[in-house]
Amino acid sequence: MAVPDPDALTSALSRILPAPIVVTDLQRVTGGASRETWLFTATHRDGSEGLVLRRDPGKNNSQTERATEYNLLAAAGDAGVAVPQVRMLLQPEDNLGDGFIMDRVDGETIARKILRDEEFAAARPLMAAQCGTILAAVHRIAIDATTGLRIEGPEKQIHQWRAALDGFGEPHAAFELGLRWMSERIPMAIGATAVVHGDFRNGNFIVGPDGIRAILDWELAHLGDPIEDLGWLCVRAWRFGNVDQPVGGFGSIPQLLDAYEAAGGRRPTDDELRFWIAMGTIKWGVICMSQAFTHLSGAVRSVELAAIGRRVAENEWDLLKILDGEW
Amino acid sequence: MQDRPTAAELVQAVHEFLERDVMGAVTGRVAFHTRVALNVLATVQRELELGEAQDAAQRARLVALLLREPDATDTTVDLERELATAIRNGSLRADQSEAAVEHIRATVHEKLEVANPKYLQQ
Repeated sequence: MAVPDPDALTSALSRILPAPIVVTDLQRVTGGASRETWLFTATHRDGSEGLVLRRDPGKNNSQTERATEYNLLAAAGDAGVAVPQVRMLLQPEDNLGDGFIMDRVDGETIARKILRDEEFAAARPLMAAQCGTILAAVHRIAIDATTGLRIEGPEKQIHQWRAALDGFGEPHAAFELGLRWMSERIPMAIGATAVVHGDFRNGNFIVGPDGIRAILDWELAHLGDPIEDLGWLCVRAWRFGNVDQPVGGFGSIPQLLDAYEAAGGRRPTDDELRFWIAMGTIKWGVICMSQAFTHLSGAVRSVELAAIGRRVAENEWDLLKILDGEW
Repeated sequence: MQDRPTAAELVQAVHEFLERDVMGAVTGRVAFHTRVALNVLATVQRELELGEAQDAAQRARLVALLLREPDATDTTVDLERELATAIRNGSLRADQSEAAVEHIRATVHEKLEVANPKYLQQ
């Protein structure tokens, strides 16, 4: 993977920072074959600041996924969501690929550390309510500011997961049971369309000792039922063993819903929330299957991906509990 | 027929080798993947021990649910696929639905007894 050209980066930054500019400490974070995230420090006439480059290498096609993400982050910031401040959209003449630059927010993103480490002991009891407040702001993002987002309602998703299961050619009666259960309970709230983050969970939060500082990874954002985000956050897989803390392994459902409602969100019924937890559980199960089939197809041979195929039963077990009335 | 060690005993031998000799000699990503490989071998070992009896139980439950004599060529997966299709199409009879749920619960339980028995204690 090519390192971004520091001269090109300096040149692009000259549009937003006063010269002279020096870029240092350029380092890549996490995986992603087509999408890159680079941290760096930009020192300029008035001081120095930590910045982040998000890009897809290659040609810059102006109207792209990264441009959508840039516009969405800007709109989220305007709606009061805790997100890194976006600074500039890359242009084709920057020769840095397709992407943007945003502020760096310090903190931890590894879910297990956030749930276990002493450093976050004071943060954990705050986080469920913080999630409720932040999600209410996410769901207030002006829809006209989010051009490029597709509508993905509950019926479309049920259809999507059935098609995905057919694609693997392996029967999963538990998932079929869940999908039938859901198809008989399409929430009444359809029509209240909002921006849905799409992957709002521990792992995509930047957390400090004071709690959640910023929400990352907006690439699955779409338009749909806002309760989807609340349900996904309560999927049992994100509890990492803290099964008695339904909200991300760190809090209770009343903490989440009280804060969501207090911040202007519409409080869902238990049935609506359960519907979206079931949907999220199946979605995670399908994602796990697709990882195993990435190995089986030969696209990426990996013992880690292969092992994930046998973890799908955990999602099935979780789903049966949710259908059974547990949280 | 094969000689000793059995398949389960061979898997056990590789498991011991990875745990005793390899784990201490590697770090970082390779250590992580060695840990994953150990878990995979433990799963294979449990499947070798439990798989046959589980498959027979699953097959018996499915035959009772589907109310037909299976062909000799029908695998348990084929029968499970029939059940999954019936659930999707809504063609399962109302008086069968409780038995179907119980079968599904039992099957997922059996899969976890092989893949991750600890998960059942949560």
